[in-house]
Order: sequence, then C-alpha cells, then structure tokens
Amino acid sequence: MILQAIAFYLFAGVTVASAVMVVFARNPVHSVLFLILAFFNAAGLFVLLGAEFIAMILVIVYVGAVAVLFLFVVMMLNIDFKAMREGFVSNAPIGVIIGFILIVELLLLVGGWTIQAPAIGAIATPIPPINEVTNTEALGHVLYTKYIYLFQAAGMILLLAMVGAIVLTHRTRPGIKRQVIADQIAKGHMDTVSVQKVPSRSGV
Amino acid sequence: MLYQDALRLLPELFLAGSIIVLLMYGVFSGDSKTRSVVILSFATIVAAAVLVWRMPGGEGVAFAEQFQSDTFTRYAKILVLIGAGSCMIMSMRYIERANMARFEFPILFLFATLGMMMMISANDLMSLYMGLELQSLALYVVAAFRRDTLRSTEAGLKYFVLGALSSGMLLYGISLVYGFVGTTGFDQLNQVIAGLRGEGQPLPVGLVIGLVFVAAGLAFKVSAVPFHMWTPDVYEGAPTIVTAFFATAPKIAALALFVRVMSEPFAALTDQWQQILVFVALASMILGAFAALSQSNIKRLMAYSSIGHVGYALVGLAAGTQTGVEAVLVYMAIYLIMNIGTFACILCMRREGRMVEAISDLAGLSKSQPMMALALCIFMFSMAGIPPLLGFWGKWYVFAAALDAGLTWLVIIGVLASVVGAFYYIRIIKIMYFDEAAEPFDKDTGAETGFVIGLSAIAVVGLFVFLAPLENAAKLAASAVFGG
Repeated sequence: MILQAIAFYLFAGVTVASAVMVVFARNPVHSVLFLILAFFNAAGLFVLLGAEFIAMILVIVYVGAVAVLFLFVVMMLNIDFKAMREGFVSNAPIGVIIGFILIVELLLLVGGWTIQAPAIGAIATPIPPINEVTNTEALGHVLYTKYIYLFQAAGMILLLAMVGAIVLTHRTRPGIKRQVIADQIAKGHMDTVSVQKVPSRSGV
Repeated sequence: MLYQDALRLLPELFLAGSIIVLLMYGVFSGDSKTRSVVILSFATIVAAAVLVWRMPGGEGVAFAEQFQSDTFTRYAKILVLIGAGSCMIMSMRYIERANMARFEFPILFLFATLGMMMMISANDLMSLYMGLELQSLALYVVAAFRRDTLRSTEAGLKYFVLGALSSGMLLYGISLVYGFVGTTGFDQLNQVIAGLRGEGQPLPVGLVIGLVFVAAGLAFKVSAVPFHMWTPDVYEGAPTIVTAFFATAPKIAALALFVRVMSEPFAALTDQWQQILVFVALASMILGAFAALSQSNIKRLMAYSSIGHVGYALVGLAAGTQTGVEAVLVYMAIYLIMNIGTFACILCMRREGRMVEAISDLAGLSKSQPMMALALCIFMFSMAGIPPLLGFWGKWYVFAAALDAGLTWLVIIGVLASVVGAFYYIRIIKIMYFDEAAEPFDKDTGAETGFVIGLSAIAVVGLFVFLAPLENAAKLAASAVFGG
C-alpha cells in the first residue's frame, strides 16, 4: 500500500512539475522535452490504475508520434517565441479566471456524478474481472468481433487521410533525373565504349 | 448472422469496394483518365442508390447494433445520393476547365458520400462519429483542392480548424452522455433515459450538459446560427462545384442525423432540447435573411441563403412531433432540388474561360441566355417561397407542423424572415431581367449541366402536383423514427 502511495505521489508530482516547466521553460525544445516527461509520468499513473493498455498507448502515440511531431515543428518552422511570449503577464489574469471557471465546472460535474440503476444494466460491454484477463486481451476480444464495423470504418478514415495528404502535397516536377536500376544493369560496354580505328600518323 | 448483417450494409460495402477499385484504376492509369473515373463514380452512385432503394437486407440493425437500416435511412440516403450524383456529373467538365482534373477528385466525393451514408445509418454514438469524421475529412480536402490558390487553401484550412473544434465539442458531449447513462447505443439510450424520466428522478446534470454539447456539434455541421461563421468563407473560397456539393448532400445528411439523434436516443429529453432548437432555428432564419441583403458575391449569398433554409428546416424539428419530422424531411427534399438547380446555373457563370461570381455579372441574362434566366428566375421565386412553386410548400409544411405544436410566435417570426429573404432573391431576378446587359457568358457549358438545370426547374414548377407521394414517403420515413 505504502509503495503504491509513494509511486503515486512521485508520478503525480513529476507530472505537475514538468507540466509547469512546459509553460515556463525559455527554450522551446526544452518545453517539448518536459512535455515528454509529463507524458511518461501520466503513463505511470495509468499503470497504477491497472490500465496498462492506455499507458502503453500514451507512450507509443503521444511520446512516439505527437511529441516527435512537436519537435519537428519547433525545429523546422522559424517561430519567434519571443513575440509569442509578449503579453504573457497582461493576459495571465484572464487565463487564471478561465482556469478557475473550468475547475469549478469540473468539480460540479464530478460532484453530481451519479449513475442511475438502469444505466448500470445498460453498460455496452461489461469489463471482465481484471485478475482473469488483461486490458489488452479484453479489448482484443471485442475490437475485431463485436466492433468490427467501427474498426473497418476507422480503416476507411485512415485510407482517406492518406489519399488526402497525397492530394494536397504531392507535386510532379518536370525535369527530374531518376535512377532506373534496370537500365543501369542492362548497360553493357557496347553502349559506353566505342572503338575507333586510328590511322597512323594522323591522330584522332 | 454475419450474412444478414452484411446484406443490410450492402450499399455501403458496395460503395467502399468501388472506392478502392476506382482508386487503383486511377493510380495506374493516371490523371489522363479522370473523365472515365468521374463517369464510373457516377455509375457507382446510381448503383448504390438502387441498392438503397431495394434494401436487400430489410429493416433492422446490424453489427452489434452499430448500424441500422429502415425507411428513414432509405429516404435520407436517396436524397444524399441524388445530391452527390448531380454534383458528380456536373463536376466532369468543370474540373477539366478549372484545371483541377485529377482522378482523386471524384474519389474524394465518393468517400464523403460513404461517410454521409454511414452517419445517416448510425445507431450508436460511436458509429455516428466515425461516419461524421469520414465525411468531414473528405470535405476538408476537396475544399482545399485548388491548393495553388490562396482562397481555396484558406477555405480548406478554416473549415478544417473549425470542423475539428466542433468534432471536439461533439465528442465531449458524447463522452458525458456515455459517462452518465452508461451506453452509447441509440435504443438503449432511449430506454434508459425514458426509464429515468418515468421514475421521476432528477436528471443527471452531466447528461443535460452532454446533450447541449452534442446539439452544438451537430448545429455546426448543419451550419446553424450561432455556429455558422465558417459557412460564407468556405462557400466563397472553395471551387464552385465543391460549394455546390457542400450546399446539397452533406447538409441533407447532417440534417437527417440531427433529426435522428434528437428524436430517437434523446426522445425523452424533448423538453430539454426543444428550447435550444427554437433558439437555433430563430437565429438562423433571421441571420440568413438579414446578412444576405448586403452580399455582392453569389456564392456568399447562397451560403447565407442555406443558413436561412436550415433555420426553416429546424423549425420542423423544434416542433418535436412526428408531423414536425415529416415536414423536415419534405423540406430537405425540396431544398435539395432548388439548390442543385441554382448551383447548376452558378456553374454556368463563366466568361472567357474564367468563373465570375459577382451578382452584377448576371445583369441582362434574360437577353443573352433566356432559358437559363428563366430557370434561375424559377429557382429564386421558389427559394423566396412564392406559391405554387416547390419552395412555398416546404415552408408551408414546417410552419404548419410548428403551429400544431403551439410555436405560434416562432412561425410569425419565420414568415417575417422569409419576407425579408424574398427581397434578395427577387433582386437577382430584377438584375437578370431589367438591368443593363453585361457581356454574355460562355455557352460551352456541357449537356449535363443543362440537363440538371432543366430537370430541377421542371421539378420545382411541376412537382407540387406530386406532393402527395413525397409526403407519403416522408410520413413512412418519420414513422420509422417515432414508431420504433
């Protein structure tokens, strides 16, 4: 029990601290690195909750893909972070007020959280007991059978995303020399070397 | 079991399979074959419409109640396919002239159509979202299809950013509903919420907040006030054929979805969402009428006009009754016909190979192209709601349904807004018939566009004789939502 508590406070503390550093770090690259640290610690919190699948997804998707994308954007686009930081102090009160409203709303929502009896009976897919199957296994049982329609629909969306990305970015440029390996292999000495008869005393 | 499920899904499966085959065909034969891809895509839409009409799997749910097919989905899907098919056939020459003849264009239209059919048939908040995303993603790409022009890319980006925001709102609402009710299926949601209300328990606050967010997300997709900001800019910036598509098929699909979500899973919460819809309908009608007055670009004008029309359609939904839903369905069909015709005319507005979009460019059209002027005149009178043209009957049905439900003041304001709206529609007619003639438009518009204009003009003038079958079809469709 005590070990779990220590782990929770460690993960939670580091998450909050690194989240603060994301905002306050002067160097944008450091901000992204702190964001990655926050993701890792959030994943640790999920593991503590017994949701190891979401923890792994968080690491793979957010750290592996999203954060790397952020790094690319930060490094490749020439963004003037000085200019973006202007007005931070003057806008801070508005941010604090909005944050306060959000937190009050969340507390109200959680406070009013009651799931009525008919709702419990209607839960779409009951969660199997955690000591019998792992999260990943439980998801696998329904994802490709019961929810095959949604799975295939997601496949169509990904295909469309690929087609769309190609449509919007692909350009055919004329005059580009491409390597054609077959031509290179098929080339013999007859194509490149010519034998000249040189009459004596006259040169080529 | 699986066979029966697949049979119910057959139109969608057919469309998805055709998309993949056509994509392969396009990739291997290149952009030179764009015209044949367009024709094959049109044939696909026609075949899908036949499949939808025949309903090979019968009525019922499929795939763990994610998907449903009944008379309502059939009605809405046929309308969507009519819209998509007309835009597809008109796009054939347009994309060649506009220098955007790439084979992906018709395929993106097909993707969007597939998404619309999936959202109409959704029987679960999850499948609803999947269909909606498939449709929206395809629309973002076609809006930015002319990536070399600033306006088109701006339209695409603006639509994408605001669309993503609205999807976020919708998802937030869905997660709240799921959190407080414990299910996402339409039928179970209906039962659980009706059970809660039946026992007289207080409603969970989170459920109502979730409902509001879902309604806001859907209102964005139908471009109802106060979530309409994207519409004029996107309609103006996107290529005209894409604007024509935006104004017809996706709007019908989103309206059908709105009707289904409000009157099936949230049927027991009618008293909660009715006030939201009354406000949205009211604001859309008023803004659509007044903001269009000062427009000089015809695509922008049509954007405000479509905002206004969505307002009128939502009056029927706001009534919250079966007759109200019937009226929305009739209105959707009529709106579709009028808009296809009008946009077919707008597609003909070309001078020396370039599209012109100012309303003043229509001046003197009655002398240079009397037939087109006559058709556009018919569409404008119909949109303004002059009897006996079709547009009048659409308004008549929704207002009658709202009167039945006791929303008298909403109807009074609606009628006043349509009087204001009539001003800018009739102004176009005045410009065409009485203003100093401008240069004539190019005449090589192609037979398909002329055919679409002629057919919809005849429908607008003559279809009021056949309103009874349309009304019966709408009645049958509405009974599927309320009977089940």
